[in-house]
Amino acid sequence: MYDFAYHKPKSMADALAALKKAADGKLLAGGMTLIPTLKQRLAQPSDVIDLAAIGELRGIKVDGNGVTVGAMTKHAEVAASADVAKAIPALAKLAANIGDGQVRNRGTIGGSLANSDPAADYPAAVLGLGATITTNERTIAADDFFKGLFETALKEGEIITSVTFPKPAKAAYMKFPNPASRYAMVGVFVAQTSSGPRVAVTGAGPCAFRVKAMEDALAKNWSADAVAGIKVPANGLNGDIHGSPEYRAHLVTVMAKRAVAAAG
Amino acid sequence: MGNVARIGERVRRTEDRRFLTGAGRYVDDLQLARCTYAYFLRSPHAHARIRSIDTSKAAAAPGVVAVFTGKDVADAKVGGLICGWVVKDKHGEPHKAPGHPAIALDTVRYVGDTVAMVIADTAAQARDAAEQIEVDYEVLPAVIDPAAAVAASAVQVHADVPGNLSYDWELGDKAAVDAAFARAAHITKLDLVNNRLVPNAMEPRAAAAEYDRGTGTYTLYTTSQNPHVTRLVLSAFVLGIPEHKLRVVAPDVGGGFGSKIFIYADETLVLWAAGKTGRAIKWTAERSESFMTDAHGRDHVTHAELALDKDGKFLALKVDTIANMGAYLSTFATAVPTYLYGTLLAGQYTTPAIHCNVRAVFTHTAPVDAYRGAGRPEATYLLETIVSKAAREMNIDPAELRKRNFIAAGAFPYQTPVALTYDSGNYTPILDQAMKLADYAGASERKAAAKAKGKLRGIGISSYIEACGLAPSAVVGSLGAGVGQWESAQLRFNPTGNLQILTGSHSHGQSHETTFAQIVSDKLGIPLDQIEVVHGDTAQVPFGMGSYGSRSLAVGGSAIMKAADKIIAKGKKIAAHLMEAAEADIVFENGAFKVTGTDKNVPLGQAVFSAYVPHNYPLDKLEPGMDENAFYDPSNFTYPSGTQICEVEVDPDTGGVEIVNFVAVDDFGNVVNPMIVEGQVHGGIAQGVGQALLEYTVYDKESGQLLSGSYMDYTMPRADNLPSFNLGYQVTPCPHNPLGVKGCGEAGAIAAPAAVMNAVRDALAQVGAQDRIEMPATPQRVWQAIHAH
Ligand SMILES: Cc1cc2nc3c(=O)[nH]c(=O)nc-3n(C[C@H](O)[C@H](O)[C@H](O)COP(=O)(O)OP(=O)(O)OC[C@H]3O[C@@H](n4cnc5c(N)ncnc54)[C@H](O)[C@@H]3O)c2cc1C
Repeated sequence: MYDFAYHKPKSMADALAALKKAADGKLLAGGMTLIPTLKQRLAQPSDVIDLAAIGELRGIKVDGNGVTVGAMTKHAEVAASADVAKAIPALAKLAANIGDGQVRNRGTIGGSLANSDPAADYPAAVLGLGATITTNERTIAADDFFKGLFETALKEGEIITSVTFPKPAKAAYMKFPNPASRYAMVGVFVAQTSSGPRVAVTGAGPCAFRVKAMEDALAKNWSADAVAGIKVPANGLNGDIHGSPEYRAHLVTVMAKRAVAAAG
Repeated sequence: MGNVARIGERVRRTEDRRFLTGAGRYVDDLQLARCTYAYFLRSPHAHARIRSIDTSKAAAAPGVVAVFTGKDVADAKVGGLICGWVVKDKHGEPHKAPGHPAIALDTVRYVGDTVAMVIADTAAQARDAAEQIEVDYEVLPAVIDPAAAVAASAVQVHADVPGNLSYDWELGDKAAVDAAFARAAHITKLDLVNNRLVPNAMEPRAAAAEYDRGTGTYTLYTTSQNPHVTRLVLSAFVLGIPEHKLRVVAPDVGGGFGSKIFIYADETLVLWAAGKTGRAIKWTAERSESFMTDAHGRDHVTHAELALDKDGKFLALKVDTIANMGAYLSTFATAVPTYLYGTLLAGQYTTPAIHCNVRAVFTHTAPVDAYRGAGRPEATYLLETIVSKAAREMNIDPAELRKRNFIAAGAFPYQTPVALTYDSGNYTPILDQAMKLADYAGASERKAAAKAKGKLRGIGISSYIEACGLAPSAVVGSLGAGVGQWESAQLRFNPTGNLQILTGSHSHGQSHETTFAQIVSDKLGIPLDQIEVVHGDTAQVPFGMGSYGSRSLAVGGSAIMKAADKIIAKGKKIAAHLMEAAEADIVFENGAFKVTGTDKNVPLGQAVFSAYVPHNYPLDKLEPGMDENAFYDPSNFTYPSGTQICEVEVDPDTGGVEIVNFVAVDDFGNVVNPMIVEGQVHGGIAQGVGQALLEYTVYDKESGQLLSGSYMDYTMPRADNLPSFNLGYQVTPCPHNPLGVKGCGEAGAIAAPAAVMNAVRDALAQVGAQDRIEMPATPQRVWQAIHAH
């Protein structure tokens, strides 16, 4: 780790001011990605601004609009929330299967979305439920948020404050974990929403994406059989020692089938 | 005072309190005065020439004490790292062992090869400075795959080793094998890969050294499984520090699995530089360094053929193996694919003729050496795979085929065609018990039930033999070993009656502190809490050979028993004097010397006290004191055996493999502490399952980069990958050591890969994919096997 100046602001205003003043400032949420990156000397920020003391970034609220989760809310909190389990059980279950206990007790939804790891789980739920990401400046629709490999719509100096998930009629998430990292090799989130079925895939591509053909098929016939014959093209998907693009493409169909069956 | 412990009791581990409360003392915990920190600059390339290296900026960086390059080390006449076992090839020529400088001189040969050493006041300063070293590399093509390394056109790893061949070795009677094949009713052929593994001890390797200018003495604290051997090698071969001026301490060590037997560049340089700079130096590997530079395990490519008669009797086996040595020969690398591999190819069977050919080759990868089981897992995986394949081809039940070929219980001692003489064993009851525990008879019904749910079930057997308790010194010496393999022990009583067991064996997870105390408690009738086991410090314990090859109890424990016998013999003399009886009438029972036929007795503690305060003592005939030494050199290896049965369920949609049942029945001879033995078996099976299903070491075939260089990509077995194990024992005591023990440390890892893979292949046979899968059977590979057309 290289040296940096450490800040722990108590308000959003102080955080934004510190970020503005820094030559190359970096926000710190749970640190589950940022700290290893620093330890391996892959990043050299001048300042690290820890969001942990900003109370307004934390907490879960459930109302008529759905579930709103503060950016600094930990995966373990979402997993353990009775309100989330009641409103969107698939979301609570997804959070409960992120990483391991230590990671869930540190990692945050804001950090996960800002990082946009191609294998992260939350992006599937955000895209699959058509969530809205709120920042200090604006709201961003899920469909506009994920831009590419570790790339989002966030601008320099923009801070995610919360995420709002509309309540679906039904939903489920199926994850096939990478055997080593246990991130998603392929994860598929399916939901029956007010604007029709949504199918979002994580792990397979550079960032989370929707599968229109499956959504159309489910609109006609909500059943596992409806998606069983639909394959996403392997071209452009991720490939590594654990899974070729072809294997991942195959798993998208398998996981989609299982997710639809699980959603009921 | 606590209780006397008996052999066979499930005594709780005395060392656990220390470890579980964070009170262990590992190398990195040590606080040395005015300590500096070393950082090693590693090669980012698999193969490159170092055109130039400029350390001037690093040397001037804040806090830097010294920077050393390959040239500095060569100028200081630091010897190269050695291989301590010289294998002779099939023409009687010694293996080719290219020079292995502690810091690369002009060529780097694997990703992680040491390029420079920086010493600074803090670890961060050392690392900062290392970033200032400018190395101009000319990147060269690399050869990674062992089979590719023997090709005529292959890139050469060492200019002085033509064809990348360290040796071409053979064992067995080729003519007899050829004759048997000529009359075989059936021949089963097999091509097999034994995948490379990264050891992944929980504690990374570490070294800390200091030099005492006043006495000229060096002290090296290091994560070693065999501190005396480390001292011997560093003294006699590498650094030339006289043995009596070098103390090597291996304090608490967090796992080794073989990887901490060897003498690496890192601790060598830390020790040398401590003398050179006059400062204490500490180094602890980062996890990514462990991945790159710990000696890896396995990595064989093999073609084998088994000849059978029409009834399934094995007639002959021939094996042709290419063993990857990596870029250099590690300390005991050469012995692993030869004397710990070829000699095991008879397994539990009466195969009358066996021939094994092994070519050991260099590649641009990390050196390969012993890893839990060392050679024996490779032999077992090969043999048990080909036996099950033969059973499938001949349509004979694999359990039945094994039974037809087992060495009969009455045939021991049994001379195999590959040099070893098995001392004892009884294989059929083991297999029967395992089949019962596994409900083998119900397997086909469960297979059908799984099929109805769209799943593929399979069951696999692995019947292993192991030669451990390393080793009769004369035998290993005749085979090229540079050391003897006896063990030492000292039982040192204190005047107040408590005692220290000093052992040359070393515990880094094997629970010696409990087991060794338990055997002495049982033998001498002394409460467990009055016994201290001391190990790992050359300044405290007699010269010893350390722990590896499941040798600690069979060899180290035997030395302790011998020393205990000497204590009893001396105690009898003292007791006879105190009770004014004839020595011949004294017996030792329950911790006291008694005159037979009377109720007169002298407790051992009283005899000890008299020995140290000899006021009423036969000083004319007997030395005072109660402190006995023993060395034990085994007359043979020990031969644990057993059968594991694994049942798996494959999800054909994803390729995922779930282990639904796992049975292991072992014959370890007598069992001192069943709880500890079960722990060793559990851990061994976990590692074997890791090799079979999870652990995938991948070097990029072009660039030689280690693609599985962290836990993001290297899959360690975790609790949820494993079922609850179902264990059983059979006991045929070892006939040639005092405890009748055989060793249990490696068995799990030796047998499990074949048990798991035979189950996977049995499952895949339902869709004709049984011959398309290699270890590790990851979901992707299983899926590809099922869907390859
Ligand atoms: C061992 C391990 C296993 C894991 N397994 C999984 C898994 O199975 N599935 C999964 O989905 N994830 C997994 N993760 C990722 C983890 O769950 C976290 O979500 C992730 O590390 C980032 O969250 P964080 O809160 O730790 O963010 P940090 O590491 O603190 O930050 C990550 C990035 O986001 C930026 N950032 C943080 N907060 C904000 C904000 N509010 N606004 C704008 N930018 C911000 C930071 O500047 C940084 O660039 C795993 C991580 C580890 C270490």
